[in-house]
Amino acid sequence: MSSSYILRRVGYGLILMLGVVVLNFLLIRLAPGDPAVVIAGEMGGASDEMLASIREEYGLNKPVITQLGIYVGNVLQGDLGKSFFFDQPVSSLIGQRIGATILLVITAQILSILLGVFLGVIAARKPNGVMSGFVSVFATIGYAVPVFWTGIMLIILFASVLPIFPVEGMQSVRLRSAGGLTWALDVAHHLVLPAFTLAIIYLAQYARLSRASMLEVLGSDYIRTARAKGAAEKTVLFKHALRNAALPILTVAGLQFGNLISGALLVETVFNWPGMGRLAFDSILRRDYPTIMGVLFFASAMVVVANILTDISYRWADPRLRGKS
Amino acid sequence: MTDTPDYKAESPAREAWRMFRRNVPALVGMVILAFIVLATLYGTFFYSGDPYDVVWAPHEAPGVTPEYPLGTDYLGRDIMAGMLTGGGPTLAVGAAAAAITMVIGIALGSLAGFYGGWIDNLLMRITEFFQVLPALLFAMVLVTLFEPSLWTIAIAIGVVSWPQTARLTRAEFLRIKELEYVTAARAIGARNMRIMWKVILPNAMPPLIVSATLTIGIAILFEAGLSFLGLGDPNVMSWGLMIGANRDYILDAWWPVTFPGLAIFFTVFAVSLIGDGLNDAFNPKLRER
Repeated sequence: MSSSYILRRVGYGLILMLGVVVLNFLLIRLAPGDPAVVIAGEMGGASDEMLASIREEYGLNKPVITQLGIYVGNVLQGDLGKSFFFDQPVSSLIGQRIGATILLVITAQILSILLGVFLGVIAARKPNGVMSGFVSVFATIGYAVPVFWTGIMLIILFASVLPIFPVEGMQSVRLRSAGGLTWALDVAHHLVLPAFTLAIIYLAQYARLSRASMLEVLGSDYIRTARAKGAAEKTVLFKHALRNAALPILTVAGLQFGNLISGALLVETVFNWPGMGRLAFDSILRRDYPTIMGVLFFASAMVVVANILTDISYRWADPRLRGKS
Repeated sequence: MTDTPDYKAESPAREAWRMFRRNVPALVGMVILAFIVLATLYGTFFYSGDPYDVVWAPHEAPGVTPEYPLGTDYLGRDIMAGMLTGGGPTLAVGAAAAAITMVIGIALGSLAGFYGGWIDNLLMRITEFFQVLPALLFAMVLVTLFEPSLWTIAIAIGVVSWPQTARLTRAEFLRIKELEYVTAARAIGARNMRIMWKVILPNAMPPLIVSATLTIGIAILFEAGLSFLGLGDPNVMSWGLMIGANRDYILDAWWPVTFPGLAIFFTVFAVSLIGDGLNDAFNPKLRER
């Protein structure tokens, strides 16, 4: 894989991010009312001096195009503005929380791909078997359940009936000062339910997709050849077939990442997971626009990074694509 | 009765309907959806009650008091009344949002696929840009910036979910525009607009109809998510709002959140069964079963 391809891909990603910055700017301008009041937030009870300092900082008395320049320049310097509700710079607010969101989203992604692909491969062995039927039904159900409701049902189940997993937050209060392994295990323990809730929808989709993809691959000549040379069924399924069936799964995994972040927003709210989703929710209720726009910016950046990684791994997985641009 | 083979040509739509009728899960989906739609439209004729009225003691369990078969919520409001009135807004927003999604997606996708070149390039870059924005977050921002009402919610959901439809439409247009009947239409002097809307679009409809069905399901889940977060129209009771309002008390009472959730689930489940049925019915490879 050429490094020029990666560079070009990253460059395009940066242009998309610039687009997000411009969109943020336009959204604030399009909101009804005085932008300074909008930025200060309705719950902030902004004083006249505060409004004046916002007008100064964002150059709101200057022409719109100059304002856009100032805004883009600030973002390029890492300045996403200040939250008047939390009285903190937006970038540090998000910095404290983005790790929790990334942990949740990546865990859910890995969980759903591994379990989903496993179920799909098993189901593909017997296209009309019980397992295939189960995967189809499960996929339809997984698509139809509201993710926040799954979370609530799991909380009811695990809080009152089977209290083996914590249902709220990311750490136990009594272990807050613990370090090292104890801390990591505690966080992992808290992660089980939110990650599983988020994974369930996508798990079902990956199972269905990998079943279909495997069925297609299993009919091809090289699988017959592999079987003819006497390869074990496990080798045929997981080594010969899955490698070829993996490409559509990879594509969908990349495309789903944005939806996964949307889902994480709801799951974080339900489980009180201290990530960007909770921050987004709190700041939307308070109409704290600089924070909302900051979350939108970072969430989009996560999608852009995920897309670049998908493209790169796609080329890595399919040697036929490597020569092309 | 003799079995005479029928050689009359069948219209594609009829053939699809014949296939659909044989699909048991799809018919089950139709029945569930019909029941839910009828219940939300006419249910209040048989069971009247204001979902906002405090009528009884809080957290009365379902089945205890015959007047309130599904029990009451944390304020003592009748859950059955909420179930019957809360479905309307969810279904209306879902349908409107799906319609907006389809209109934007088909318009942009068909232009991109038909004209190609720089138009295609530009429109696809815009589509990619919208796919980068996490949909629910973007919808949340749009709903908060503008006053939340059923229309703004439907528009917000439409604005964030069209890219997939645009991509599908574009792919269909790219495929169909190379076919001979399009060349034939061009040869008899049909204009671009006519070719796009009268020749290509009708032939691109089957996958688009399937996608529209799935879009309705996704839009309903979206509306439920927004209302759950309290970002819906505060003056309209909806299933998502019922779950959101009661979520602080889930460990005291399971029923105020369970019933509305089941209603959302069964609605989307029914819609997706119908979508799968349509997909099979339109897919010629599966017809000879």
